[in-house]
Amino acid sequence: MTVDLPPPGGGEDRARGGAEITIASVTLLADPDGTLYWPEQDLLAVADLHLEKGSSFARRGVLLPPYDTAATLTRLAQSIARFQPKTVVTLGDNFHDGEGAWRMADGDRAMLKSSQRGRDWIWITGNHDPEPADGIGGQFAASVAVGPLTFRHEPSRGAADGEIAGHLHPLARVAQRGRAVSRRCFAADGRRMVMPAFGSYTGGLNIRDRAFAGLFERSTFIAHMLGERRLYAIAAGRCLAD
Amino acid sequence: MLPFEEPTEGRRLEGWRFAARSVRVTLLERIDTHSLPEPFAGWFSARGWTPRVHQLELLAKARAGRSVLLIAPTGAGKTLAGFLPTLVELSEAYLSPLAPLSSPPPLRGRSTAVAEGEGGRVGGEPLPPVPVAYPPPPPSPARGEGAHRASRHKGGLHTLYISPLKALAVDIARNLERPVAEMRLPIRLETRTGDTPVSKRQRQRRDPPDILLTTPEQLALLLASADAPYLFGSLQRVILDELHSLVTSKRGDLLSLGLARLFRIAPQLTAVGLSATVAEPDDLCRFLVPQRPGLEARADLVITDGGAAPQLTMLDTAEHLPWSGHSARHALAEMYALIKRHKTVLVFVNTRSQAEFLFQEFWRINDDNLTIALHHGSLDVAQRRRVEEAMAAGRLRAVVCTSSLDLGVDWGDVDLVINVGAPKGASRILQRIGRANHRMDEPSRGVLVPANRFEVLECTAALDAVAENAQDTPPLRTGALDVLAQHVLGCAVGEPFFADALYDEVRAAAPYVELTRADFGAMVDFVATGGYALKAYERFAKIRQGQDGRWRISHPRIAQRYRMNVGTIVEADMLKVRLVRSRGTTGVVPRGGRLLGEVEEYFIEAMVPGDTFVFAGEILKYEALVEDEVYVSRSTATDPKVPAYEGGKFPLSTYLADRVRNLLAHPQEWRGLPAQVRQWLEIQHRRSLLPGRHDLLVETFPRAAKHYLVCYPFEGRLAHVTLGMLLTRRLERARMRPLGFVANEYALAVWGLGDMGVRIARGELSLAALFGEDMLGDDLEAWLAESAMMKRTFRTCAIIAGLIERRFPGEEKSRRQLTISTDLVYDVLRKHQPDHVLLRAARQDAATGLLDIRRLGEMLSRVKGRIVHKALDRVSPLAVPVMLEIGRETVYGEAADTLLAEAADELVKEAMG
Repeated sequence: MTVDLPPPGGGEDRARGGAEITIASVTLLADPDGTLYWPEQDLLAVADLHLEKGSSFARRGVLLPPYDTAATLTRLAQSIARFQPKTVVTLGDNFHDGEGAWRMADGDRAMLKSSQRGRDWIWITGNHDPEPADGIGGQFAASVAVGPLTFRHEPSRGAADGEIAGHLHPLARVAQRGRAVSRRCFAADGRRMVMPAFGSYTGGLNIRDRAFAGLFERSTFIAHMLGERRLYAIAAGRCLAD
Repeated sequence: MLPFEEPTEGRRLEGWRFAARSVRVTLLERIDTHSLPEPFAGWFSARGWTPRVHQLELLAKARAGRSVLLIAPTGAGKTLAGFLPTLVELSEAYLSPLAPLSSPPPLRGRSTAVAEGEGGRVGGEPLPPVPVAYPPPPPSPARGEGAHRASRHKGGLHTLYISPLKALAVDIARNLERPVAEMRLPIRLETRTGDTPVSKRQRQRRDPPDILLTTPEQLALLLASADAPYLFGSLQRVILDELHSLVTSKRGDLLSLGLARLFRIAPQLTAVGLSATVAEPDDLCRFLVPQRPGLEARADLVITDGGAAPQLTMLDTAEHLPWSGHSARHALAEMYALIKRHKTVLVFVNTRSQAEFLFQEFWRINDDNLTIALHHGSLDVAQRRRVEEAMAAGRLRAVVCTSSLDLGVDWGDVDLVINVGAPKGASRILQRIGRANHRMDEPSRGVLVPANRFEVLECTAALDAVAENAQDTPPLRTGALDVLAQHVLGCAVGEPFFADALYDEVRAAAPYVELTRADFGAMVDFVATGGYALKAYERFAKIRQGQDGRWRISHPRIAQRYRMNVGTIVEADMLKVRLVRSRGTTGVVPRGGRLLGEVEEYFIEAMVPGDTFVFAGEILKYEALVEDEVYVSRSTATDPKVPAYEGGKFPLSTYLADRVRNLLAHPQEWRGLPAQVRQWLEIQHRRSLLPGRHDLLVETFPRAAKHYLVCYPFEGRLAHVTLGMLLTRRLERARMRPLGFVANEYALAVWGLGDMGVRIARGELSLAALFGEDMLGDDLEAWLAESAMMKRTFRTCAIIAGLIERRFPGEEKSRRQLTISTDLVYDVLRKHQPDHVLLRAARQDAATGLLDIRRLGEMLSRVKGRIVHKALDRVSPLAVPVMLEIGRETVYGEAADTLLAEAADELVKEAMG
């Protein structure tokens, strides 16, 4: 059995390799943690938090560790600390179900509050949590348009220049030296983008799945796969189906 | 089949000393048939048969009301020995209701016994014979045809037989039916497996047979029901078949817990264990009887010696012995010649892919059209049964098989076992060779076929071990916590329990005798609410403590779910393989198609449509994955991308490893080795060093602009991979810039950009520090956080413990949306509650399972102060085999970023070129 080690060099001080992705002529910074920063507007977008997914399963007798909300919010807080954005937009499915916000533990609620302090926070509603929830701060909207970009939960069918959406949990699969690797990814073609799911318990859907059909221009469709410290841009045509 | 003795002149045994705790009997000793009660004596003599000593010995143990372990070679009539007491008791209860079984035993025999040890059935005190009160027989003793059923006694379930294999239980039942029918015994025997129809299962609970033959999982299911006390209250005996195989896994843990429960429900119960030869019979003797803290209870022991010693040889190949690899392609013609010369040959290999490969190759040269078949665990069950039936009917000349045929019914006509590749362990190889053994007084014959030079050394060590009849079966397991969790829920499903009482019951099971009250409490807590420090799930509890202090399930749905998830066998997620026509130019894959078997999901995940692989004896092309089915078509490719060699499931045993090191260290013992192997070792001796038996040899040398470090721990591939992971972390810190490593069963090679040899020679890099035991501290911790192997281990624990549920047929469609990745759960749990009981369970498994950490720890401790460094200017002969494996197969799931970087770079090149 042969093991190839990760590329040598670096350590903790190694720079994080965010990637610039251009959508509708707007330059965005995609981070390997799955968040998207828009420097011009000082705006941070994040998709599909699925908070309280653990307790949602617990209601049905699958007692997953109740730490997913804390884990997700901690990573989000780290990203916010890094970019210090004026505005945070979450792209829907913020909670795994309609009662999620109500079930949230006090400590997690406090962490969320502290992340929201001093900035605008916009919850875009999703199919898992269509109704605005109480006690979680922020404003609620079905979609948000900022300049040439529109942030919404579910990607719209047909032409949608400047759309930044979530919902699909894109994941790409690529083979190299006879082995396949799957990772969450930013799916983009220069006109629109579908962001990777951020929640700690969220899975992924292969970009070759028919749910993605018709959303992207084939020739410019690129999967920006999330690596440990940087993104890897792979042409979608090279990505594999499941 | 239940082999009996050939007709011989018997001799009557006098003064049978059945009270001896441990008895060693000789297989070939003949006994007078009249030692048996009627109608058995008549039945035996009518066939010209005589009973075997151990069969009578077990009858005597039963009379004395004692639990017993019978160790006997294959083909010794072990199974009949196990059942004979039950058949006798049931027939006596029926025939003479006024003379219950408490009457003095009629058997008086001479002793061939070697008594040893203390300990009895419970707490060291032998119990008096158990009176069994059966109701009187019906007025007119019905002995006519067909009258049995109506007239049988109403005593309830008398004997429970448990086998590791469903098919074995069914076969044993079939074989028992013959004596029962011929002696017209009023005995009803039935099987209960996953295939038993629901109506029959329900009837079995209402109206149990006298003898029920089943599996550990079915026992767990039967116990987890309110009528378990009714069903098992009358139980007199439990027979555990192939016990040596059951106790080595989590199934054994589950069985031990079920057994403890049976002993509580039926205190009169005695257990009979049937086993092949093991290193520590006492372990199994403890397994069979309830333990009490501080008092080690053991079942009695009957060991059957004798039978002819096995004739085991190593193939003396005229061909060039490969340096590495596992195919044994070089010996193909020689093996084929062996098959031609014998009636029926079992060709054992260590992995499925080897089986597929050899089967293909045999047919390629099969000019005589010999009937050669294939058998491994991934093939469709129906296909496997067909092979087994053809085998039993004597229609096959050879079967290429994996451990899938290690157990099971004996086939009469196998006259040779060929074992291809590494034997792994002395006991293991003995048991395999025993499969070619239908007459006890003839030796079973086996041929070892090493696939490479190192395997020659291992085979030689195994031959020596077998000649000494040395055993290296593993010691009894410590009961797994995830299995305990499953059992605790099962108990609650059966009836409400008091935690303290259940704790005492659980500790009666030998693997759990050391279980602490705190761990037990943690497990109850886990079953109830997940056992999280953050008490978030009280309102979702699966079991709750009532006002009366008993724990009970909170909803009937919980019971239903328990029943769907029972068992400890967690395979990798399996996908069905269906044969379809190639999609050709239309691009559409036709649906449906014949089912060929199942493959692991992770295997398919690493493939790209269009890749070819060998499966079910054919070269197939991977077409598509649709939900849980893999569509494949026949391929015309001649050089398939064979499934990655997964290594055997079993690492080289510590015992055999020690023998191999010893052999290597002592040139005077090389006389028996093939000339080409001897020459190889002699050159190693001249160019480098031969590692001492207790030393660790570390060689360093440059090669093609890289620097290599090769060491030879002989601890098995799994332990070596773990060592490689940890060693490279340390080399990284020492700025040696390691780039990768490769491990096989014997050696580990690490390469990097830094010149490790020079740094060691200058004293700048300390080998003692590099191989220090402290690598099992922080470095291990850091690696476990991301190890794909650890995540697989955790997944197994999570499923067994009931944290997440298994996949079921029909549910796969939605699984991608519904199921949750245990990898994600592992990451979150590890970060937020690193001492969670399920993580502890996973770590316990990792010590011996996929990461083999315990073995690594023992090795590091063994070589402390005994590391020998040799700086070389080029690769040494001993290093060649492991070096040749570089790049041959890579680890699933590790270092994925490297691949991503390469894929992305290629894209850049493409764009810039």
